[in-house]
Amino acid sequence: MKKYFAASGLLLMSFQLNERAVFEAYTQKIPGTEVTFDMTPIPAGTFLMGSNDPDFPDQNPIHEVKLDAFWMGVHEVTWDAFELFLDKHFEESMTEGGLGERVDGLTRPSLPYLDMTFGMGKEGKPAVGMTQYGALQYCHWLYLKTGIFYRIPTEAEWEYAARAGSKSRFFFGENDALLSEYAWTNSNSQGSTQAVGLKKPNPWGLFDIYGNVQEWTIDGYEPDFYSRSGKENPFNPAEKLYPHVVRGGSFKTVDDEIGSAVRKISDPAWKRIDPQIPKSQWWFPEAPFIGLRIVRPLIPPSPEEIQAYYNQEPIADY
Amino acid sequence: MKTLNSRRDFIKTSALVTGGILAPSFIVPGAYAAPANELKLAVIGCGGRGTGAVFQAFETGHPIKLVAMADAFQDRMDSSYKAIFDKYGKDKVDVPVEKRFVGFDGYKKAMAEADVVILAAPPGFRPSHFEEAVNQGKQIFAEKPMATDAAGIRKVLAAAEVAKAKKLNVVVGLQRHYQNNYREVMKRVHNGDLGEIVGGQVYWNDGGVWVRERKPEQTEMEYQMRNWYYFNWLCGDHIVEQHVHNIDIANWAKYSYPVKAEGTGGRAVRTGKDHGEIFDHHVITFTYADGSVIHSECRHFPGAANRVDETFQGTKGKVFLSAGNHGVMTDWKGNPIYTHNRENQPNPYQTEHDELWATLVKGEYKFADAENAAKSTMTAIMGRYATYSGKVLTWDEALNGTVDLFPEKLAWDAMPKILPGADGYYPHAIPGKSKVV
Repeated sequence: MKKYFAASGLLLMSFQLNERAVFEAYTQKIPGTEVTFDMTPIPAGTFLMGSNDPDFPDQNPIHEVKLDAFWMGVHEVTWDAFELFLDKHFEESMTEGGLGERVDGLTRPSLPYLDMTFGMGKEGKPAVGMTQYGALQYCHWLYLKTGIFYRIPTEAEWEYAARAGSKSRFFFGENDALLSEYAWTNSNSQGSTQAVGLKKPNPWGLFDIYGNVQEWTIDGYEPDFYSRSGKENPFNPAEKLYPHVVRGGSFKTVDDEIGSAVRKISDPAWKRIDPQIPKSQWWFPEAPFIGLRIVRPLIPPSPEEIQAYYNQEPIADY
Repeated sequence: MKTLNSRRDFIKTSALVTGGILAPSFIVPGAYAAPANELKLAVIGCGGRGTGAVFQAFETGHPIKLVAMADAFQDRMDSSYKAIFDKYGKDKVDVPVEKRFVGFDGYKKAMAEADVVILAAPPGFRPSHFEEAVNQGKQIFAEKPMATDAAGIRKVLAAAEVAKAKKLNVVVGLQRHYQNNYREVMKRVHNGDLGEIVGGQVYWNDGGVWVRERKPEQTEMEYQMRNWYYFNWLCGDHIVEQHVHNIDIANWAKYSYPVKAEGTGGRAVRTGKDHGEIFDHHVITFTYADGSVIHSECRHFPGAANRVDETFQGTKGKVFLSAGNHGVMTDWKGNPIYTHNRENQPNPYQTEHDELWATLVKGEYKFADAENAAKSTMTAIMGRYATYSGKVLTWDEALNGTVDLFPEKLAWDAMPKILPGADGYYPHAIPGKSKVV
């Protein structure tokens, strides 16, 4: 453990040199591999979060939120990147120059006993079925690999980015007949995830925000959170394992349940068929529809805060 | 050719999953003696799966008391006991320290405390644990696979006969037998809706499973016991430990067991010191008595495409099955014959316990899964023998194999038969050279 902290401290210092001065879109390469992903800048700003729709009380009241700037993944995280994180031996075999000590301290998932692609394929397709803890440790792995603080978005960040300045139900207006131009949902997905980036993006360049897979946020879910969430960079730290907020639609979501303000929740039933006790901290064997889109704050927190973020202990699940 | 006889024989020897055949009822020893009609349970093998099976037993809602536990390792015992006790409390969990048996031999004493036993130690221990449970007259839930070599299978088959004679219920965790899509499809396949099954393909291709790294303080025996997936005497190779699920479905669809196997396998990508002796891929051609052929494929290749499912072709149509509740039967023009509704399906890991315990509390005899489970395990072992040797094996050659993988002695300072070389790597089978039977 001591070695780990010392090593990551050194890494942090060396990475300072690589800090980007310019707030613009970039492509992140996973060092030593061919795998890359694209990040796009989401400017700081103020927006109206939620809605006053009485049919969706958990979206009430509509309220002003002010957010700092961040980058967001143009696409949902794909298996191409996620699988490197899963399996150290595989990562080693795919990484030129070896892994070194950088990722020694990482907690890696137990490899899933079941097929976590659910027969839907890997290449270019979103990684699915990971727990929020798995999503968090993926960010940790990226940090150890790149020195850049990547994390799970807050619910507010997600909605702000999805809206891209719009106030309507969708970033393209109110007409859900147009949804199939932007998203893979229950109505057009043929029951499977699809390769990321095949539909039209939102005005801020984010693909598949309403479809393909639902996306983790870091927030715990409380239906009345908006009545007390505060204005600046709000989020709701989770004290329980369930429910967390998940956002966006998936290839299984019916169109009626999709929109920028719609709040969905994680469910212990997603682990129902896990035959082991304790149940896996890493996998949801019945959630082929949950995935991840990562963010990077423009101003990263202190190294201590970063460590605290990644070192959050998972809550046991029976 | 498949005959009515082979079909009937198979029914006699396989799980009575259709519920159509009820044997005479009996009284579970102790079932009605204890106050509140409680059944006493012992768990043998307290890893994640054994602990999970105890939870599933309790979740049936029947009056069950956990009275004894056994595991080779103290830490596994402690974490399992804590998880179970924290969840179910003292009313359901009465396992004082002296009834928590740690070590290789504790299973006998643990079983003696109970009416019903869960057998969930690594597969290599199953034959001796199953035999002991049968000898003690216990009702049994056993995890798959049933053994890791032919010697173990012969022991299980002999004990399975005794279990039938004693009317001991045996449910085996080949949970597809307790999953509705498989049951509905197999009912129709056996009814002839696809005609004769002439071929099929069964797969477990994915990225592999856990690895436990060696720790300096471990003896060789402890290391192998911790990292058991990678040693044949404990695991049987992934074709046996994991792919048995899919191979079993082929046998179920064919209503019989293959008469020979030939195949190819090796270690293409999983070749480290942590990876013991097992292969990372096996491709088998199983031929059945009627000449029909099942292609079986299992591999642990991270980064490659995953596929875990079963497909079969009949003279009238075809079927696609998966543990994700797929059950899609079509004729050769693509017209649907049967499509299983995948939504809101029961959890088969729970169903297998629901059905077992409902039977036990009524004092009935209904489940005899051991023989089919042993023969499906044997099918997978025969596949491993084929890939390891590079030779064609008949069923009888495989089943009569005399190579016994089990250590002479079980003790932390005893040596398993497979040992690493000076470079830390384990020897593994070389097709064309290795003797396997």
